[in-house]
Amino acid sequence: MRPAPFESNGHLLVSVPAPRPSIFAIFSVFFRIGLFSFGGGLTGWVYREVVVVREWLSEDEFMSGLAMSQILPGTNISNLSIYIGQKLRGVLGAGAAIVGLLSGPFFAVIAVASAYGALKTLTFTEAAMDGVAAAAIGMLLVIIHRGARRTTRNPAAFAALVATFVCVGLLHWSLPLVTAGVGSLSVLAAWFRRPSNAG
Amino acid sequence: MRDDLPVALLAVFVPFSLVSIGGGTSILAGVQHQAVGVHHWITTREFVELFAISRAAPGPGSMLATLIGWHIFGWTGALIATLALFVPSSLLCYGVALVWNRHRGKRWHTALENGLAPVGIGLVMAGVITVLRVGGGGLFSWIVALGSAGVLTWRPKIHPLLIFLIGGAVFVGVRALSGVHAVI
Repeated sequence: MRPAPFESNGHLLVSVPAPRPSIFAIFSVFFRIGLFSFGGGLTGWVYREVVVVREWLSEDEFMSGLAMSQILPGTNISNLSIYIGQKLRGVLGAGAAIVGLLSGPFFAVIAVASAYGALKTLTFTEAAMDGVAAAAIGMLLVIIHRGARRTTRNPAAFAALVATFVCVGLLHWSLPLVTAGVGSLSVLAAWFRRPSNAG
Repeated sequence: MRDDLPVALLAVFVPFSLVSIGGGTSILAGVQHQAVGVHHWITTREFVELFAISRAAPGPGSMLATLIGWHIFGWTGALIATLALFVPSSLLCYGVALVWNRHRGKRWHTALENGLAPVGIGLVMAGVITVLRVGGGGLFSWIVALGSAGVLTWRPKIHPLLIFLIGGAVFVGVRALSGVHAVI
């Protein structure tokens, strides 16, 4: 188990800032994520690049940004990119992240559409795509594993995770309603919890 | 008639940008209704094809909007539809992120952060279940997904494209051996 780069007690977090990446570095990371993210699982890719490989964000910062990006309207991944870009370099960082993320796929999706007729006739295109998609889901499982392990420290957080998963994933209840309901209960529980979560 | 298309694209996709809570899939039915039923930009069959392409190409599934714009109005349409879908939600998210990152360390911020994180993970889990259920791979999707997660946990810095390649190869191999062709 790797220790988190910062203790999550707020004060240390402010006083030990990670080196700020350049605007171009932000752009190029998100450009690559956008272009190579076949089969979905973009969130997993962002986690890998930004938290695991580059350590631009702590795991706490990533997880809360992930929750926010899912609750706000818009594509999760574009919101997450804006959140990370803003955190790293303000408005320019957010712009670099979102433009980087979308400019590759913008052309790629049109290129694939143009080639679609030819691709359709290849026997195993569909199988290959399914396989890539399944492998991409593995990246999401990594986040789930990390995130779920954190919640086991705390019964209320664990209950919120299970409730969200069951209501949305298994019972197919309305996502905004479930998020609002479970989310507010979970935040309330966190409010009354002891403020220190370091450990 | 065609001069009105850019305006119509904006009128359709800007509202969708601000109601797409939970990601692009939540507006799929609504987009189909507008593009096929209301505006007759594309047929149902074309919609299904564009949807498949948006899943096969890299990038978020919401690039479906780009494709619809491109299909009916070329590069201009693609650009307008993309901007219409992504700019409004991005501006909102930027505002929230700005406030959020400014108040780091306050008690309400910590409560929100700790309270929302498990909900976020629960939503990712729900998304994974949905994708694995509707995907065409069945049991092998689970095996490849778990295998890929195992490798990524074991060697976090391994390049994902390598794993994607293996995943694709496993599926092609299995389909070739079993002689079953993809039905979708």
